[in-house]
Amino acid sequence: MSWIDIGHIDDIPLRGARVVKTPVGCVALFRTAEAEIFAASNTCPHKGGPLTDGIVHGQSVTCPLHNWVFDLNTGQAQGEDGRIATYPVRLEGARILLDGEAVGKRSAA
Amino acid sequence: MTQKLVIIGAGMASGRVIETLVETAPDAFDITLFNAEPRGNYNRIMLSPVLSGEKTYEEIVTHDDGWYAQHGVTCRFGEHVVGIDRTRKVVIGQNGEAPYDRLIIGTGSAPFIIPIPGKDLPGVITYRDLDDTNAMIDAAQKGGKAVVIGGGLLGLEAAAGLAERGMEVTVVHLMGHLMERQLDEAAGYLLRRDLEKRGITIKTQASTKAILGEDKAEAVLLEDGETLGADLVVMAVGIRPETRLATDAGLTVARGIEVTAQMQTSDPDIYAVGECVEFDGHLFGLVAPLYDQAKVLAHTLTGETDAFVVRDIATKLKVTGCDLFSAGDFTEAPGREDIVFRDPARGVYKRLVIEGDRLVGAVMYGDTADGNWFFGLIKDGTEIDEMRDTLIFGPAYQGGDQADPLSAVAALPRDAEICGCNGICKGTIVDAIEGGATDLGAVKAQTKASASCGTCTGLVEQLLQVTLGDGFELPTAQPICGCCDLTHEDVRRLIKSQELKSQEAVWQELGWKTRNGCHVCRPAVNFYLLADWPLEYQDDPQSRFVNERKHANIQKDGTFSVVPRMWGGITNPDELRAIADAADKYNVPTVKVTGGQRIDLLGVKGEDLPFIWADLNKAGLVSGHAYSKGLRTVKTCVGTDHCRFGTQDSTRLGIKLEQALWGSWTPHKVKLAVSGCPRNCAEATCKDVGIICVDSGYQVSVGGAAGMDVKETERLIDVPTEAEAIEVTVAFVQLYRENAKYLDRPYKWLGKVGLDWMKERIMDANERARLIEAFELSQSIYRKDPWAEHAQERAASYAPLADLTLEAAE
Repeated sequence: MSWIDIGHIDDIPLRGARVVKTPVGCVALFRTAEAEIFAASNTCPHKGGPLTDGIVHGQSVTCPLHNWVFDLNTGQAQGEDGRIATYPVRLEGARILLDGEAVGKRSAA
Repeated sequence: MTQKLVIIGAGMASGRVIETLVETAPDAFDITLFNAEPRGNYNRIMLSPVLSGEKTYEEIVTHDDGWYAQHGVTCRFGEHVVGIDRTRKVVIGQNGEAPYDRLIIGTGSAPFIIPIPGKDLPGVITYRDLDDTNAMIDAAQKGGKAVVIGGGLLGLEAAAGLAERGMEVTVVHLMGHLMERQLDEAAGYLLRRDLEKRGITIKTQASTKAILGEDKAEAVLLEDGETLGADLVVMAVGIRPETRLATDAGLTVARGIEVTAQMQTSDPDIYAVGECVEFDGHLFGLVAPLYDQAKVLAHTLTGETDAFVVRDIATKLKVTGCDLFSAGDFTEAPGREDIVFRDPARGVYKRLVIEGDRLVGAVMYGDTADGNWFFGLIKDGTEIDEMRDTLIFGPAYQGGDQADPLSAVAALPRDAEICGCNGICKGTIVDAIEGGATDLGAVKAQTKASASCGTCTGLVEQLLQVTLGDGFELPTAQPICGCCDLTHEDVRRLIKSQELKSQEAVWQELGWKTRNGCHVCRPAVNFYLLADWPLEYQDDPQSRFVNERKHANIQKDGTFSVVPRMWGGITNPDELRAIADAADKYNVPTVKVTGGQRIDLLGVKGEDLPFIWADLNKAGLVSGHAYSKGLRTVKTCVGTDHCRFGTQDSTRLGIKLEQALWGSWTPHKVKLAVSGCPRNCAEATCKDVGIICVDSGYQVSVGGAAGMDVKETERLIDVPTEAEAIEVTVAFVQLYRENAKYLDRPYKWLGKVGLDWMKERIMDANERARLIEAFELSQSIYRKDPWAEHAQERAASYAPLADLTLEAAE
């Protein structure tokens, strides 16, 4: 893994989300609690809805277009045949660290 | 041979080391104990009861002078240590040197002082030791106001103590809820409620800018400009390890003095213990790990093998009457699941955090009796799969049969109280049911059971079921969603009657079964709260559908549409030019004229929104709220200005209505129209409120629809003046805001409450005046342009947080 510092936890509102552009496409960072962060694909597999614009609740997000609900632990859509990719992300103090390798960024030589 | 052991700092950790040494190896060491405080070891965690007056200092002394004398400890209390000379192996005190063979540093921690103006004024104190405590007790005797900066464990204990001693206390806390390191939001809410009941004012998300005063602290100034009067300011924002002596002596120091698992510093003859150490990246502030360290250190000194390991710890707040418990790691992580239990009537909240088949964390408030049992499960890593279903009910429920709620109700004695509000027993309700009250409404009417707060509704229904058997069908009223058992109507009523003013309050008091709701209930609850408590409740953007969070309409490809407001459908060349320029500049693919007499710019990229808004704002254009459950448009005809048939100035009335109503949030969208004559060119009779101008005045009609349903409006009232037409409209919208279910358009709501019910209220002069006043109060907050606010203050949040593609291309 190669952890990349993405920003401060407070850059994402509580129960909100922000986009990070990566080589594998837009990745959504979800802040589900004061100190709880998930990273997953920003694109709903149903009709391509932007998941950062969804409502974040519990450890899930609801797509703003047609209300597909994704479990952010697994990426699985609730009651639907579909899932989104999830990516390793962690907090070090107040800093958000995303695994660069998992989002297609070459590790520094 | 007796070794010389010198200890710097007589705190709880070093105290425990000495105790262990004199018990297990009384003759091994000749101990000298330095302490900067002019006294020996006392139980620092009991300072809060001393502050509140529940205990005296004498009661919390652990080692008195006699004890030290008896065990041959040389005490150098009240003497500061100036330095450590590692070459000569001596500790240099103010009054002379002390040679050592082994040295223990137990300097503890120092309070963290926020570097703000006024921090050094007299009257600003920290909360670490007995002197601080006594200073607070002295200050409290004069009465007056105290501001405690910091809503953590220590700050709240100080606040409660000062309040107990009669001061008027305000707690200023930087984070969103109290004790955020030990509690989640729900427990933080309950704690806040209990503290507020004791008259303590709590300000969260409040940042301190300065402490004001000439020769002493007089007030605390917050970042938002608010000034809090203060005779006493207690700074309790945190602690940091006291490492100056160690740093000066050249020992390895990170955040704390680095030690091995044997508590040895980088100098093999020097050890450190307590809050001043850092082990494996951890710092320590609670007493349990300090005692572990002390035991390990004593063993190491006497040649036994032992190693310190970091364990989970449990926290309790020492404020009488605030019963909270937190243990383990409840700050969730991917792969963890919650079990949540809430008992609103008793103010109880419990949350267990499970990872795989183990319990890893627990937060409890109100009823912490099972805390130690849960703590045991966490520490031992017990497999909990088998008892998972009943785990949250505690040890008493393990191994028994699954509880059946119906048989539990059936088993209740006749004198068991079912409705706590009205004091109604089971027998009374059963008699009523057997006497012919065969549904909830009848039971409610006859017995008053469940007629107040409504939380016993489920119990009453179960009694109906038990008593009537198959003759009773549970009512089909749908709860809002799976997060709760209550209907929209119940939640609205309870928010008003129980004065619930935050989402945490609703979740807790109304027994929400999820951590923080879902995409169905959150927007509804957010609306109900802001409609009923416009001043007290702050709108939560994260509980809104994206359109209302980003103030634009999301399209199927994730772009947005932007519709500027055109008051009453009137525009001018300057506005049109600004719209055209914006369409060019932001490559807007589609420009469309809407049915509500507006211009829609479709296909704007999310990250361009703040910029296109700023451009439109410059031309005086504001948000048209074409995305909101709120006032959308007031459509007008040209009325008497140009039309040869116009009877009144319908355009002016439309503009006035739009200016009165814009920005307000409603249960669903609201569209209005004003036509200048009965030819009705503005199509007013299919709107939520439609006004037709006639020679004698204005016909106000309501409850039309022209969407999924098509429905003509029904006449509410005819009024002679423009002013009264506006009054009636505002009163109607406010009545709708106060009573309708979220996502019911006015015609649906009217279908439920009836036109007569609504008319009666609007016609009552007092009620009409109250409605208008309530609406104006709410509009004092919400009648403003969200585009301007977002473009100026929140533009950054519309852009990606980071762009990792740029560097990758290098």
